[in-house]
Amino acid sequence: MSDVTFPIARQRPLDPPDEATELRQRAAMHRMTYADGHRGWLVTGYSAARAILAHPHFSNRAEVSHPPIPGRFERLRTKTPPGFFIRADAPEHTRYRKLLTGQFTVRRMKALEPRIEEITNACLDDMAAAGGPVDLVQAFALPIPSLVICELLGVPYADREQFQEDTKLLVNLETKAEESIAALGRSMAYLAGLIKRKREEPADDLLSGLIEGGELDDEELTGVGFLLLVAGHETTANMLGLGTYALLTNPDQLAAMRDDPSVVDNGVEELLRYLTIVHLGPVRTALEDVEIEGTTIRAGESATIHLPSVNRDAERFPGGDRLDLARPATGHMTFGHGIHQCLGQQLARTEMRIAYPALLRRFPGLRLAVTPEEVPMRSDMSIYGVHRLPVTW
Amino acid sequence: MEIKADTTVCIGAGMCALTAPQVFDQSEDEGTVVLLQKVPSQELEEAARRAVTLCPSGAISIV
Repeated sequence: MSDVTFPIARQRPLDPPDEATELRQRAAMHRMTYADGHRGWLVTGYSAARAILAHPHFSNRAEVSHPPIPGRFERLRTKTPPGFFIRADAPEHTRYRKLLTGQFTVRRMKALEPRIEEITNACLDDMAAAGGPVDLVQAFALPIPSLVICELLGVPYADREQFQEDTKLLVNLETKAEESIAALGRSMAYLAGLIKRKREEPADDLLSGLIEGGELDDEELTGVGFLLLVAGHETTANMLGLGTYALLTNPDQLAAMRDDPSVVDNGVEELLRYLTIVHLGPVRTALEDVEIEGTTIRAGESATIHLPSVNRDAERFPGGDRLDLARPATGHMTFGHGIHQCLGQQLARTEMRIAYPALLRRFPGLRLAVTPEEVPMRSDMSIYGVHRLPVTW
Repeated sequence: MEIKADTTVCIGAGMCALTAPQVFDQSEDEGTVVLLQKVPSQELEEAARRAVTLCPSGAISIV
């Protein structure tokens, strides 16, 4: 049998590719040919994925990693900018992470609730005033997390247009190498300028706090600031857009999210599991030979985790191909696992727990303004979701 | 049932404080695990066990 190649096309917008499901039913790990000709692995089983992501002999450094698909992953292989802690291993990674984790604790995120509610209500007021149909991505899914992360970091919201455009280029799989290098350069230059201004005029925000802490130099601060800004935008925004699409096309689940407050917290976990917007990775590379469930991954071999498949593994989530907001959904790997598990996950949870029910309660008649098939899916982006979501009420 | 926490391994993901807030908290400065109940009361054992399973870095364990 010939090797698998990546990415694998989906047949239905909310399900992993059938081929990935068939692979998982056969085995947890498969040989895969990477974009640079490397013979590595594709991981489709939950427990194997978890073991790899938690294993200290697997690296996330770009320099040792092979690209499963051409383009974005390939570009990451060259020169990791300072402060890009997601591409660092321990102990370098630990140093950055410990400077940031105190800012994203469960308690701190809880304290943000009133402000996130205000921001959410303001978006809903604007929607009501404009009247339907509107694009829910532009009116709701993107502005809420964007405003929240800008306020948290101390990035002027008025500056958003350029870095939102550049972020879009960076996560688009079809962006040419030179275009994405230029987009990254613009974003980094913007952040560098902002760090400089904040050094002169500190305010009560996360970036000013990091500057004051004195542990990071300006280049590192720029890299850290860039990561937090991009991560704060692309992730929750796509969960809010795609999650609303999933609820609108599963009306009984929508009714549960809208009408039963006890469903909300777990319902958010289930949407995270079922939708798995991180659909093209993560990738880890073995630094030594490692045995995973009886199979040896040799030193130097890369393993790409197929997260949408992993999160549907029937051994971990029985009946997992069904969206069921009441199922025990914790333990999903949408935020990753191991030392790189999402730093902002408690912020994302807080935002979603507020935003979904608020939207559905404000507009009980919310519905798609087009057919489900007409909603353009983000198959061409490294973070999955909907490009646009025309809705009315 | 007794819980052990290792703050040197902890990455401050907050899964423990989210899952069993009466047993685990996070420190103000680094966000690393703070053990509120070394020996969780019986009604909290199940939540504490779930938190141990969910911990991404292996920082908490059952002794």
